[in-house]
Amino acid sequence: MKPLPENAASRGMSMRTKERLVNLMIDVVLTATCLLMILPLVFLVSNAFKTPQEMLAWPPTVIPDDPTVANFKAVLGDTPLLRWIGNSILFSVLSTVCILATSSISGYILGKFRYRAFNVFFAIILATAIVPFEVYMIPLYFQAKALGVLNTTWGLLLGYLVMSFGIFLIRQNVIQSIPDELLEAARIDGAGEFWIFWRIVLPLLRGALGALGVLAFFQAWTAFAWPLIVATTRDSYTIEVGLALFQTGFTVDLGRLSAASALVLIPSITLFVLLRRNFVQGVASTGLKE
Amino acid sequence: MQRKRWMFALLAILPTLAIFAYVRIYPIADTLRLSLHKWDILSKNKPFIGLANFEELTGDPLFREALLNTTIIAFGVLLITIPLALVLAALIYHRTRSRFAGFYETAIFIPHVVSLVPAAMAWKWIFDARLGPLNALLTTFGFAPKAWLFDPVLSVVCIIVLCSWQALGYAVMIYLVGFKSLPISLYEAAKLDGASAPQSFWYLSIPLLKPITLYVSVVTLVSGFNVYAQAFVLASDAQGAPGRQVRVLVLDMLENSFRNYRVGYAASEAVVLLAIVLVLTLIQFRLLREKGVR
Repeated sequence: MKPLPENAASRGMSMRTKERLVNLMIDVVLTATCLLMILPLVFLVSNAFKTPQEMLAWPPTVIPDDPTVANFKAVLGDTPLLRWIGNSILFSVLSTVCILATSSISGYILGKFRYRAFNVFFAIILATAIVPFEVYMIPLYFQAKALGVLNTTWGLLLGYLVMSFGIFLIRQNVIQSIPDELLEAARIDGAGEFWIFWRIVLPLLRGALGALGVLAFFQAWTAFAWPLIVATTRDSYTIEVGLALFQTGFTVDLGRLSAASALVLIPSITLFVLLRRNFVQGVASTGLKE
Repeated sequence: MQRKRWMFALLAILPTLAIFAYVRIYPIADTLRLSLHKWDILSKNKPFIGLANFEELTGDPLFREALLNTTIIAFGVLLITIPLALVLAALIYHRTRSRFAGFYETAIFIPHVVSLVPAAMAWKWIFDARLGPLNALLTTFGFAPKAWLFDPVLSVVCIIVLCSWQALGYAVMIYLVGFKSLPISLYEAAKLDGASAPQSFWYLSIPLLKPITLYVSVVTLVSGFNVYAQAFVLASDAQGAPGRQVRVLVLDMLENSFRNYRVGYAASEAVVLLAIVLVLTLIQFRLLREKGVR
């Protein structure tokens, strides 16, 4: 290799140094921002292990000097926290299953069976997708009441059986990634429609269903207004509602609140980090509507 | 054969259709219907009263306060989130190949996925007048501590901060998708023409990402107008005195419905909320189409 002229070489060098410097600065800025973003949660977990005295310390310690599990013991004694977590898990899992089932079947039909009557249904789904849940939850509450499902998982589920966006997402996926020829070939081989859906379509939708499933689970897990009005007995609270009402109590201190919150946060953050790929895919796809 | 396919399609879609009609279409229609009626849960008959509920809303000080607070919160979150998310996404995209990229995405996104209430609890501690690090920080720098969660103005600021913290991750994620779809050749051309990175960010990325900005803005505004849990946790004091809560639309609606038993009136508030969301969505579509014409 022929050496570059002295001048150009040093200029290239300084360019590269400059670029590296800029990148380093960007990394510093981003790292600082990220730490700021997760700092509240880090402190929350750390506060959960602190004694009341240490809670007051300034500057606040990240790793408690004298870690204690007293807060956890107290909060588990005070509240049916585990039961609330159980309620939330049951509700979220059932809601995910229902949303996956309704979205995959109707998304497939709307994507591959172009009957005019179905277009009307699809238009209605799109039109109602923008209506926030809060707008129609009060009439829905009276429907739940009439069905006699208040304070049960079924009542919670009533609001989270279908997801407009889920139907839309699966339909898009079916149109984009399942060729008509494949379905026709199966039909010529004598496969029944249900068999085709179960054995050909569903396996091909695995990625999209994974993303949708994670989205649906977290949507139910973080639901607030609906569980607040539908599940109003102490035993039927979801964890979000239970915690929110618990913190309005007279004698509640921040240590116990932090302990309860940490108990909820640690599993959900773990779950998120494990399912990050699915989640990012799901959320990213919400932005591709246009 | 054709007939069989039609039967299958119909049978397969029917359950979803039925559920959808029951848990979406019917309650939405019912909201619209109830908003024109006077219905107190206790009374049997629901007389039709036309637009009387809406007329009453215009003069209701509590509703006005709720509408004002909610609007301030929604636009406050928008003003913080969009510029910050755009810059952060640009920086993360610039460092896509760095080994920290995964960490950046995850860390910024985590506040968006963690449960609302426990996350709000962390901020309740930060803003706490007595124990909170924010006041401790202020005192160290010689400022007077403030009653963040009790002051009517400051508590709205606190809710905006909390909501922005949660909304940021989503906006960054959508922007990142946008950045990845931009034509690289354009940036190379700009670079050859001597454009610096900030210049191509300002003159290329921002205009090209306009549809995404529009989309994220509308999503952020709509979720801002539906704010409730954040206000519930942050701005209800230990005694749970409802007077102290920052009044937001959803809170006012639930109170009218379940505390004052005025379901029809609450439904008319829901219709106002719906109208706001519809207008925002229409503006988004209109602006997008305008861009398409040009």
